[in-house]
Amino acid sequence: MSFDLNARVPAGPLAEKWSSHKAHLRLVNPANRRKYHVIVVGSGLAGGAAAASLGEMGFNVSCFCYQDSPRRAHSIAAQGGINAAKNYQNDGDSVYRLFYDTIKGGDFRAREANVYRLAEVSGNIIDQAVATGVPFAREYGGLLDNRSFGGAQVSRTFYARGQTGQQLLLGAYSALSRQIGIGTVKMYNRHEMLDLVLVEGHAKGIITRNMISGEIKAWNADAVVVCTGGYGNVFFLSTNAQGCNVTAAYRCYKHGAGFANPCFTQIHPTCIPVHGDQQSKLTLMSESLRNDGRVWAPNSRELAARVLAGQLKPADITEADRDYYLERKYPSFGNLAPRDISSRAAKEACDDKRGIAPGSGLGVYLDFRDAINRLGESKIRERYGNLFDMYECITGENPYKVPMMIFPAVHYTMGGLWVDYNLQSTIPGLFVGGEANFSDHGANRLGASALMQGLADGYFVLPSTVPDYLASTGLGGAPSIENPAYKEACEQARERTAKLLAIKGNASPRALHQKLGNIMWEKCGMARTKQGLTAAIEEIKELREEFWKNVCVVGENDTINPELERAGRVADFLEFSEIMCRDALLREESCGGHFRSEHQTDDGEAKRDDTNFAHVAVWEFQGSDTPPVRHQEELKYEEVKLATRSYK
Amino acid sequence: MSNETNAHDQTLNLTIRVWRQPTRLAKGSFKEYKVSNISTGSSFLEMLDILNEQLVAQKEEPIAFDHDCREGICGMCSMTINGVPHGPLQGVTTCQVHMRHFKDGETITIEPWRARPFPVIKDIVVDRTPLDSITQAGGFISIRTGSAIDANIIPIPKPVADRAMDAAECIGCGACVAACPNAAAMLFVGSKVAHFNSLPQGKAEKEQRTLAMVKVMDEAGFGSCTNYGECQAVCPKGNTLDFIAQLNRDYAVAKIKRFFQSTGKKRAGA
Repeated sequence: MSFDLNARVPAGPLAEKWSSHKAHLRLVNPANRRKYHVIVVGSGLAGGAAAASLGEMGFNVSCFCYQDSPRRAHSIAAQGGINAAKNYQNDGDSVYRLFYDTIKGGDFRAREANVYRLAEVSGNIIDQAVATGVPFAREYGGLLDNRSFGGAQVSRTFYARGQTGQQLLLGAYSALSRQIGIGTVKMYNRHEMLDLVLVEGHAKGIITRNMISGEIKAWNADAVVVCTGGYGNVFFLSTNAQGCNVTAAYRCYKHGAGFANPCFTQIHPTCIPVHGDQQSKLTLMSESLRNDGRVWAPNSRELAARVLAGQLKPADITEADRDYYLERKYPSFGNLAPRDISSRAAKEACDDKRGIAPGSGLGVYLDFRDAINRLGESKIRERYGNLFDMYECITGENPYKVPMMIFPAVHYTMGGLWVDYNLQSTIPGLFVGGEANFSDHGANRLGASALMQGLADGYFVLPSTVPDYLASTGLGGAPSIENPAYKEACEQARERTAKLLAIKGNASPRALHQKLGNIMWEKCGMARTKQGLTAAIEEIKELREEFWKNVCVVGENDTINPELERAGRVADFLEFSEIMCRDALLREESCGGHFRSEHQTDDGEAKRDDTNFAHVAVWEFQGSDTPPVRHQEELKYEEVKLATRSYK
Repeated sequence: MSNETNAHDQTLNLTIRVWRQPTRLAKGSFKEYKVSNISTGSSFLEMLDILNEQLVAQKEEPIAFDHDCREGICGMCSMTINGVPHGPLQGVTTCQVHMRHFKDGETITIEPWRARPFPVIKDIVVDRTPLDSITQAGGFISIRTGSAIDANIIPIPKPVADRAMDAAECIGCGACVAACPNAAAMLFVGSKVAHFNSLPQGKAEKEQRTLAMVKVMDEAGFGSCTNYGECQAVCPKGNTLDFIAQLNRDYAVAKIKRFFQSTGKKRAGA
């Protein structure tokens, strides 16, 4: 199979590309639409919105999710907001400005035309969400309210208290539910995608495991849309839900879909610090808190040591002894510096032994004292009440009285399956939406842009581009389920499951996952070095061998078996993590969330290399025993000039 | 990453009495397990992770339970802890309960949601799909993708938007059903109805929505509200009986309107 990295970006001026492209996409006659079966994997913002929209258009859609209801997809956990270039605040916002902020925020490693389209449809997303009943925050005049998010100097973020992701997902879920009720979408809960099925080089179906009965089954279709989220759980501890995994995307990769920029991961600066080795997940405190919270650490190691020893409370530290390091280092953006920069600054303070979280020291303060004095506690409660409650619930401390403690944590993955302008992967008929693709965020995602991208893909892009592919395949229908490709894929999935159950070793999938997480966090986390990455690749190989020799999967296949589920996911993480490290190793520059310690400026900022790395790295699978091949999609900037990204 | 427990955390030794039921049709029973050295800073589900790791080490099947986001928003976790859905704290889900709220040496009893419309699938895992069915019947505003008007064309007074948001906070966990002696889902349905029916965008389908959702709710075998108020006591999002009152009001109005409704036209076969 040829590896085609033609992005198929339409010709013409940037601002007209999407509308002229849409006008030329092929259509399917309304009467013929039900003859096409489209599989959508995942029911988050991208998958849920795509399934609902395609179903509504009249296509015959099947949607799969691993949760017990499509409403629980992890998009639900997004807190702070969604960006849109509405300029309701009259503060100079525009489609162009949102586009520029996003591409700059991504450290000039995203595809220009895709990002512009994202900004262009952002306004429609807000319209659509409001029409579906999303109760965004409003001003007393009844119009929509906005707040600010990192990396922007305008207020363009729409929000629904601290539950924006939940409300947007429930909007998409309600649209999806309506289609399920009408019968255009068939919903399969508690089904996990185990493999992709190709027929004559095209994606024509999937293999799933019914997570209640254990039944492994093939599904045939005319096209497959994968919206299965990111791979942050490769680090074991992340802000992702427990079930988030790379399996669906990784299986596509193993069938020939290119995997783009796997090393681009986002470490979010404001999460609750790790409390100990019993920890199973990390909890994010929304970036929106940095609108009013000030980040600081004590300005000397001595003070930090006294805090850690319990001799000093944060309130005892005088103004002069506090280092508001974001305000100091980045005066024009201050506490709203982008995520990658804020995370690194926190790490810097903690590496300097000025961290204050009990036990490890790994934490800094996010302090609301000044905002409470200025605005009153009730205003702060109205803005962030549920976040403050959540913080207190987890830590047992009242953030109205004492500053929050925060530390960076893995949050989002910008890398993902490579897609062209139509969101089609290198496998024809395989489309990828939301966090699962790589397309819009470059090397760093700005806050409040994930919800925007998920819904842009699901509501506006995929419903235009998937029918174009379907129209090209003719009316012959999906391959028969009797096609040997399905049976073979089913057999392979069954064998793999049986193999996992048969090892009967002594290490639990969870323990092995934790080991992998430690390797990745230490060597492929916030700061990466050639030496560390090279060592990580070897350690991962050893761990992978240990896994296949010594994993212990208790229980059987024909029942709910959380151990089997985790084992399958960890097995894929153990292969995928190596590609992440290889990608990080070969990207000899620092950009966005990818920080190679060898490549930094004198004042410790990321040093990009546009001459050699202004491209997308796309990995092609070569077989289990052969290292993958790295390809490049050159990034051509027609509209923006590559500039050093400065927030000073 | 720190490999030790925080200095200010204590550790607990506990007895966990948990419902084990291998399949939907099998007979279940309580089993007791000991866990030790649980940090008070750990979450309830992390305590269960540790217990499960212990079971796995003894080659015993771990306890199956639903969970996902572990930050109180996805609605997946669903446990009755010491007789109370989501446990001893007000306004939080199971995953947000932390071990500092338990005493050393305590016995903790864990059961699945108990309600006829939510059959146990395995151990603590129940089938909550009837809640999805109710939503599919009318829990939406019918709007085609791409045909929405500008979001600011209809101003919505802040109190109205805030009330809709209050109702919309429901996470669909089903604790209200589990707590109700009648296994009523009226706080769930009331919240959804109050969310959509309060908003101008939702008014066009107000009556149809209310009737359709209640119909499916009844068919699924949920009971009726008799004002026990247990639902609001356990709701992790603090939704109150007010939303049930709105459901009753909107339902009554819809019924009466339907009764007096005439199309003004002769209908074939009528």
